[in-house]
Amino acid sequence: MKHARAAREFLRNGPRTDWHDQALWYVRQKRDLQKDGIPDWEDLREQASAIKEHTLSNLDQYLEEFETNALRNGIRVHWALNAQEHNHMVLEILQQAGVNRLVKSKSMLTEECQMNPFLEKKGIEVIESDLGERIIQFAEQDPSHIVLPAIHMKKEEVGKLFEKKLGTKPGNHDPQYLTGAARKHLREHFLAAEVAMTGVNFALAESGGFVVCTNEGNADMGIHHASIHIASMGIEKVIPGKEHLAVFLRLLARSATGQPVTTYTSHFQRPDRDKEIHLIIVDNGRSEHLGKDKFWRALKCIRCGACLNTCPVYRRSGGHSYGYTIPGPIGSILTPRVDLKAFSDLPYASSLCGSCSDVCPVKIEIHEQLYHWRQEVNEQGELSRKKKLGIRFMGRLLARPRLYQKSGKFARKALRITPRFLVYNRLNPWGLSRDLPEPPRQSFQEWYRENRNKS
Amino acid sequence: MKAGLFIPCYIDQFYPQVGIDTLELLEKLGVEIESPLNQTCCGQPLANSGMEKETLKICSHFIQLFGSYDVIVSPSGSCVLHIKEHVPESLHDQVYFHVRDHIYELTEFMTDILKIDGLDGHFPHRVGLHQSCHGLRGLRNGKSSELAGKGFGKARAILSSLKDIHLVELDRRDECCGFGGTFSVFEEAVSVRMGKDRIHDHMKNGAEIITATDMSCLMHLEGLIKRNHQPIRVMHIAEILNAAIS
Repeated sequence: MKHARAAREFLRNGPRTDWHDQALWYVRQKRDLQKDGIPDWEDLREQASAIKEHTLSNLDQYLEEFETNALRNGIRVHWALNAQEHNHMVLEILQQAGVNRLVKSKSMLTEECQMNPFLEKKGIEVIESDLGERIIQFAEQDPSHIVLPAIHMKKEEVGKLFEKKLGTKPGNHDPQYLTGAARKHLREHFLAAEVAMTGVNFALAESGGFVVCTNEGNADMGIHHASIHIASMGIEKVIPGKEHLAVFLRLLARSATGQPVTTYTSHFQRPDRDKEIHLIIVDNGRSEHLGKDKFWRALKCIRCGACLNTCPVYRRSGGHSYGYTIPGPIGSILTPRVDLKAFSDLPYASSLCGSCSDVCPVKIEIHEQLYHWRQEVNEQGELSRKKKLGIRFMGRLLARPRLYQKSGKFARKALRITPRFLVYNRLNPWGLSRDLPEPPRQSFQEWYRENRNKS
Repeated sequence: MKAGLFIPCYIDQFYPQVGIDTLELLEKLGVEIESPLNQTCCGQPLANSGMEKETLKICSHFIQLFGSYDVIVSPSGSCVLHIKEHVPESLHDQVYFHVRDHIYELTEFMTDILKIDGLDGHFPHRVGLHQSCHGLRGLRNGKSSELAGKGFGKARAILSSLKDIHLVELDRRDECCGFGGTFSVFEEAVSVRMGKDRIHDHMKNGAEIITATDMSCLMHLEGLIKRNHQPIRVMHIAEILNAAIS
């Protein structure tokens, strides 16, 4: 019930909840406008889904093809089985280069691997160059959204933070001004960067190149000056080739932020003369996930965040309430594989309304998977006893028609004559803020027996 | 065509009028219909909590009760969807497949089987249509706002055929009400907040009645409306349609 508790805490501040809900709903509306402008939107989703399913079903071949071509291009390819291996590889590259500072653009994979704290412990300074990521790095927080990492912070809060960290004018929280200050601050780091890091949005098997999408151009800014570029990708990021990339590029930014395309779509093919590209391909549990019959399609995800923006629960509970790098509906179907016990409540943090599945550009049946994870949680014995007892009792009742009718009649009568304070108390979560329906004297079946079926 | 009327447990116990209105409406439309006795439930509250395997008895009872009807109709999109999608696999036999392929939510049945595109009725009220998620995104009884393409909605089409009805436009036309079965209890705070936001949208846009194809959404919203003494009420779509044509 961790999510439920954190959500309740988040909801204590009503106006802030409104603001959070509306900010994300605005992004969803921008996305709707974009999809309405594309006549073949649903075909694109279908194609994107099919391409991902095909690639994931032949992942070994595509990964090998990608590696062969990337090596031919002069990219150094590393394979990391898990987060630890990934983090050590990054450290090793830095140490071999004799560099103790890393300028990086946004990468959810490095968040997943908890790379920054690891590197910092080893004496490496990590500078996040995506504005949102830099803000939360200053604030010493985790991202609350996979595309808009600082969406939970108001501009006034960012202003205060920048006063402390960047010496901006007190009380000035004009977004333009603050962005300008961050830009100046980051420029210095870009110019001094020796090693820069990026994530990977798409890796192309046919060419051995990869694509990074940003809106701020910070990936390119970091890389252009640095002599070493480290890029990290999960094994699921590979796609067959250019023509498939075109499908995803039409979907990604439209779904993510309601833009036709990200401001920068940077293609990396081979290192410049005297420079190095290190590409780390990370498994970290993905192979195991791929083997799960009911859940492997979650790996189709292109991390657009549309399911977060549309989720009525996410918008009203905030990203931090999920307690994991990737929050929201997609996070809730990825995390149980990471640690079923720790995240057993996340599949329940959904009303199963299905909006996530309909908004998903690669057609992951997210709400169906949430349902299946709930079965898994129960089967692994992680459904709390309290939850289970009441439901099991109801189940026994509903399997016995006569008992059901009798106890229904009894309960309705009891409800009619019981004083209000006995019905509405802490033991009845329904009744904390809601009334129960007025119990009628006759059930439908009783009425039917009397009026239609006299036998 | 012999139709069986499936009345979900919470309607049976708490909202018998919705069952009666559904029955009367279908009788008026000339459907030969009966409601088999000893119905209980579709098993959804258990299955949605992760206990699908424990719904075996409930579901086999359901299939046995309804297996002999040509069609099955219910005033609940959610329970219909559950029977279609989440009956345990060990019960998947010919009888179940017949049930699965011939069970309909009320407005779906009226539109697709009775081929009714309008009713000769009268309902002079300002009505907000709440799109119950399982009917919308599960049964596809309308186009959800997430999808591209031409919009349609079976419940909306039937309602708009009534004389003098005013269907209000909502700011968010198909956001979830936050009921979600056991979600309403497990995630009480979020559930309540979602419900309040839905009610606010309907009130802000001038609805005097909130209607839906699922009484469960309305039970949740009604609970909030009553607690907060708000000047708006809920009616299941069967209640509106039966009242409108009488």
